[in-house]
Amino acid sequence: MALSHVATTSRSQLLKPLTIISSSLRHPISTDTTPITVETSVPFTGHKCEPPSRTVETNPQELLTFFKDMALMRRMEIAADSLYKAKLIRGFCHLYDGQEAVAVGMEAALTKKDCIITAYRDHCIFLGRGGTLLESFAELMGRKDGCSRGKGGSMHFYKKEGGFYGGHGIVGAQVPLGCGLAFAQKYSKDENVTFALYGDGAANQGQLFEALNMAALWDLPAILVCENNHYGMGTAEWRAAKSPAYYKRGDYVPGLKVDGMDALAVKQACKFAKEHALKNGPIVNFSPVDTLETTLVELLEMDTYRYHGHSMSDPGSTYRTRDEISGVRQERDPIERIRKLILAHDLATEKELKDIEKEFRKDVDEAIAAAKESPMPDPSELFTNIYVKDCGLEVYGVDRKEVKTMLP
Amino acid sequence: MLALLRRQINFGAISSSGLDRSLHRFWFNGSRGFAAAAKEMTVRDALNSALDEEMSADPKVFIMGEEVGEYQGAYKVTKGLLEKYGPDRVLDTPITEAGFAGIGVGAAYYGLKPVIEFMTFNFSMQAIDHIINSAAKSNYMSSGQISVPIVFRGPNGAAAGVGAQHSQCFAAWYGSCPGLKVLTPYSSEDARGLLKAAIRDPDPVVFLENELMYGQSFPVSAEALDSSFCIPIGKAKIEREGKDVTITAFSKMVGYALQAAEALAKEGISAEVINLRSIRPLDRATINASVRKTNRLVTVEEGLPQHVIEESFGYLDAPVERIAGADVPMPYAANLERMALPQIEDIVRAAKRACYRSVPMAAAA
Repeated sequence: MALSHVATTSRSQLLKPLTIISSSLRHPISTDTTPITVETSVPFTGHKCEPPSRTVETNPQELLTFFKDMALMRRMEIAADSLYKAKLIRGFCHLYDGQEAVAVGMEAALTKKDCIITAYRDHCIFLGRGGTLLESFAELMGRKDGCSRGKGGSMHFYKKEGGFYGGHGIVGAQVPLGCGLAFAQKYSKDENVTFALYGDGAANQGQLFEALNMAALWDLPAILVCENNHYGMGTAEWRAAKSPAYYKRGDYVPGLKVDGMDALAVKQACKFAKEHALKNGPIVNFSPVDTLETTLVELLEMDTYRYHGHSMSDPGSTYRTRDEISGVRQERDPIERIRKLILAHDLATEKELKDIEKEFRKDVDEAIAAAKESPMPDPSELFTNIYVKDCGLEVYGVDRKEVKTMLP
Repeated sequence: MLALLRRQINFGAISSSGLDRSLHRFWFNGSRGFAAAAKEMTVRDALNSALDEEMSADPKVFIMGEEVGEYQGAYKVTKGLLEKYGPDRVLDTPITEAGFAGIGVGAAYYGLKPVIEFMTFNFSMQAIDHIINSAAKSNYMSSGQISVPIVFRGPNGAAAGVGAQHSQCFAAWYGSCPGLKVLTPYSSEDARGLLKAAIRDPDPVVFLENELMYGQSFPVSAEALDSSFCIPIGKAKIEREGKDVTITAFSKMVGYALQAAEALAKEGISAEVINLRSIRPLDRATINASVRKTNRLVTVEEGLPQHVIEESFGYLDAPVERIAGADVPMPYAANLERMALPQIEDIVRAAKRACYRSVPMAAAA
């Protein structure tokens, strides 16, 4: 639709103000920042605010970065699926494939000084925040080179220096925590924001509204992002929520509904939200609510989709049809969208893109091999990191007479 | 004004109950081992001064909770702090414990030092997921990346006549959680020194106060009044030395144990009273040394009984006596409430049993 429109007109040379690179002047794509303007797939829908324009500015470098990042995330998640089936990953494993555009679009709008906190579907967000494949696979396999040294597992990835605060297993808990991060940012006078991600299932949690109320009341630089993949575990949104219009659930808090499969739309929305939260954005885009003061908090709903089931123990097909899943894959896959955009603008050939994907397959395989070599944590690690500061606590193992240690 | 409809906070109970007044007088006459102190301080003032000094010393410290600001604190523990430090550092919250406990933990993730007040620890149950899952376990799960320098404080245990939902003692619950430090001050020096230590500590601390102790006065040494004063976490204090039986207690029960010791002394039994101060970590060394000396142990607490020291089992001349709260939710009627909580005569009776001074009761079915 929007993409094919761009494709035809780009060849016609008649179009203004779209800026196109003609193939004869092609720069190496990875450093080319010549602006390209693209329309998002669908317009934004606003709640108590004027939504941003659906015309997004991007450039070849960014588009290729989007493609690469999403392709890598996709490859990692598929590999994790195989590792889980091979019993190298144990316990819980919640895969993100299908939702990559949210992670990648958000990163494009933020810096590493901004904070992101999410729930347990966290592998790709971790990668986006600067995590490596090795840290990821090693953690999934419970090895000491994992990002949490094997002690966290799939649901507990962290990267504090990249502004990633986990990785949380309790549904909804990450939202008050995220508002706490925003509180601390405001308190410390850092000009940064926090994005607190949650799912359509968590959207019904009471603590979310408690935290939202305080965030709005205290003007915290918090942006709540509902990754609506339409299913809370096995329960479709219409069976769990009286009002599945999650972007409206903030009531007095402005909201935006975004096509979460379109990385550029995600980027536009996150940029808009960040500027709004820091009060730098064009205030004209935002209209006050009746006589109430404007709030800084914003609530974004990302309309997205997960191809896998809720977790590796859920086939994902008992509560939705295979046709639905394959339909989304064909019509809305985030990687395919960017691929088409890149090809339409003549920024790379199909072969070049396929080569990149092949390269990533290799990278992932190498990382897995290295992760397999990584040893399991030393037994003494059972007792480390309980506290930051020891206070002479004796800790016991299962058999109190056999295993006992003083905390180091 | 306040919609305290769901809270039976009885401000008048603080130092007006007959029991408290007699406790104070009795203790003061019977006490030994305190340095001659020029100053007396209530536990409430001790806590307030500790908060004031720590907020003054470190701009990262802030207070959050219900009525802590404009109301001056539900029990006046945070009195004057809003005026002094402003609304950015003393925050009145809505009545939403899950929300504000979570916000506090998130702020601690980022490096601030929140002091979160629960009006009573009964309400902490609304927030217990954040205390345990978001705070206590984070440093471990992230292998040291995400530390949580937070203090959760407030009154714990029974007050007077506040019924089942407002009287639970959480020492044993929180005390069994790895990743938490759990402190239970008794005297004003305890309150000052332990709260200052808790705020400075980089780990999550659950700080269990007691409403009925807030109004009690204790002498405080000049050392304790210094702004750098701190009591190390994890060390118990021998409040009274003795040689026949060890009595361990924490918080309000320390006062009861001391009174029991007085009563026992009249019968020729010399009881050693240990003020635990710290539930997690428990000062096993002090307790074991004492038990190995006296060969008899009576543990006293208001709530559900904690774990006991097994390493000194071989030194015991008599079975460990455990005085704890009755296995019932707290009843409201005053006589029933009295039966649900340890009284001084219970401690005396148990100590005598340990010393073979009374006819052992027939084993209950």
